[in-house]
Amino acid sequence: MRVPPGVSPADFADAIKQYEAAIGKEWVFTSDEDVDTYRDSYSPFWHENEEPIPSAAIAPGEVEQVQAVVKIANSHRIPLWTISTGKNLGYGGSAPLLGGSVVLDLKRMNRVLEVNDKNHYALVEPGVSYFDLYRHIQNQGLKVWIDPPDPGWGSLVGNALERGGGYTPMRDHFDCHCGMEVVLANGDVVRTGMGALPNAKTWQQYKYGFGPHVDGIFSQSNFGIVTKMGFWLYPQPDAFLSGSVMVSKHEDLHGLVEVFANLIDSNIVQATTTVVSPLAYGRDPELAALRAKGSTKDLEDYAAQKNIPYWSVSLPFYGSPKVVAAQWEYARDKFSAAIPGARFQDGASYRFPLDADQLAKIANPVPFGVPSLQTFSVGGPRSQGHMWFSPIIPMTGESVLEAQQVFDQVHKDLGEAGGASAAFPVWSFFARAFVIIYFFPIEHDVEKNRRNREIFRRLVTTSAEHGWGEYRTHTAFMGDISDAYSFNDHALRRLHESIKDALDPNGILAAGKCGIWPKSMRKAKGVA
Amino acid sequence: MKKSAAFLIVALAVSIAVAAAPARAQSDQGVSRSHAWVNATVNGEGQPRGYLQYQNYCSMCHGEGVGKPGTLALQAKYKGQLPALLEKRTDLTPQLIKMYVRNGISVMPIFRKTEISDADLDAICAYLTRNNSKQ
Repeated sequence: MRVPPGVSPADFADAIKQYEAAIGKEWVFTSDEDVDTYRDSYSPFWHENEEPIPSAAIAPGEVEQVQAVVKIANSHRIPLWTISTGKNLGYGGSAPLLGGSVVLDLKRMNRVLEVNDKNHYALVEPGVSYFDLYRHIQNQGLKVWIDPPDPGWGSLVGNALERGGGYTPMRDHFDCHCGMEVVLANGDVVRTGMGALPNAKTWQQYKYGFGPHVDGIFSQSNFGIVTKMGFWLYPQPDAFLSGSVMVSKHEDLHGLVEVFANLIDSNIVQATTTVVSPLAYGRDPELAALRAKGSTKDLEDYAAQKNIPYWSVSLPFYGSPKVVAAQWEYARDKFSAAIPGARFQDGASYRFPLDADQLAKIANPVPFGVPSLQTFSVGGPRSQGHMWFSPIIPMTGESVLEAQQVFDQVHKDLGEAGGASAAFPVWSFFARAFVIIYFFPIEHDVEKNRRNREIFRRLVTTSAEHGWGEYRTHTAFMGDISDAYSFNDHALRRLHESIKDALDPNGILAAGKCGIWPKSMRKAKGVA
Repeated sequence: MKKSAAFLIVALAVSIAVAAAPARAQSDQGVSRSHAWVNATVNGEGQPRGYLQYQNYCSMCHGEGVGKPGTLALQAKYKGQLPALLEKRTDLTPQLIKMYVRNGISVMPIFRKTEISDADLDAICAYLTRNNSKQ
């Protein structure tokens, strides 16, 4: 049997016995066969000794059992790693950061506790997936939307705590949460916001409660175990309308993004979209040659000749039919004024609810609040997964061009071909800034994975040199990115460590998450 | 790598910009087969053992209709030599199915017992092997 680091086999065996008594033998997994199911399916360390494998997994069914297992972990100094549905693929999946940790699997806690379609909110447990909540809402006939991320099998709680995003106006998942229940490392149960008032009537309607707003410290951290979370839901809108804005010159990007930022910050455009250059990923050999060696003018001429835009953005509008039509018209006016020659094309439009026939024809229903796994429709036959490098850059044309050039140079400096960066466009998942989502394939190939890890790390340090930080990352790179947020000699990490030492002095929760290590391990990990 | 990533981005970007759809149809037949997972409990009456579990856990990727990456991947893999739809296969065995579910393959991840219990997995195997005369 594998044993956690710093724990004697005798102590671990005793802890396992106590876990079995607390939650039932069938929910304590110690066989290699069972524990291997907790590996990161998309691990960038597959076949390497560095891959962090758990020692065991435990799956409590209710809050009282979570409290019990936390107390056992504390008395035996067992490192735990909490997962909700365990589908954080591309970021570590269901595996711990610290090898030998015991995975605390909350998938069994999968109740939808409440959905309200008059004040538009839900309260769910961590094991509830987007598919689960959507099914519940459909079967109850409730007129509210959820906001799924690309894959619908993840947990609303887990995704929001990771600060993930979706595509509708409720796309910023952590921002749209309202109220939490947390089990602390000492076994205490806390409810935040209005939940701290017994019999509260507005736990999922008013975020802040009274006094310090602590919810944020439980996101992307290891300060507590979230066992319930509230979410604001979007009232089912009447309509959706989209329209494309297309410009023909390289320099038009500046005006395009300036107007786009104005529309986003004015809440005229409220959802996720992407600013792309079709020239960056067209497969025509002539175009590929121009990308490698041609001038900007060459590319503009090619685009004009082939009647494709140099840059384009598809704007999504949600709301009443008259309002969305007016918003699209307003957007066209603003773009026309800023960029003479800008062209426009009406895109998809729908009225809601969609009927079965319509839904059956929509390949990607995610922007309409319908969870799906269609995002996996791509990826080569050898691909065993992927991971993401995701820097946040300012919402300006200048920053887009600079980021493309800087990250391209990193690839070239490391002996790779350039040209990939421009194919990864910028997204408006989060208000007021762009996030770039760089795709790294994972294959069961040690050399390729090592190479990609090296490139990734160099991208992180280069990004920091330019004042860009990542919003989220794979457990493999949490230390690298935490190191980059170093203002005032890593003052933020010192603050995190103070909170850690107060809330989890024995360091039993998610050791190493986002660069936060238990006090006893800091020296060894090079952060003391 | 670049091409598949590029296609992903195109697919995401273009999916919002497809040609305008007609206004909502008059009838509502309930949820279509492409979203059978939504109310499999309702549509599960009279279906073979494991149909319900298959819809709930597998059909989002391996069902029929648009946007089913498992079916698409198997179409690319078998190129028509075998049915891309798992439900139509006649050669599957419980051992093979369990191996893929508990170990993953390509971008299909591992599924743990807390997601798909052994009992549910047995039911899924019963459903997918119902047409295998050797089982």
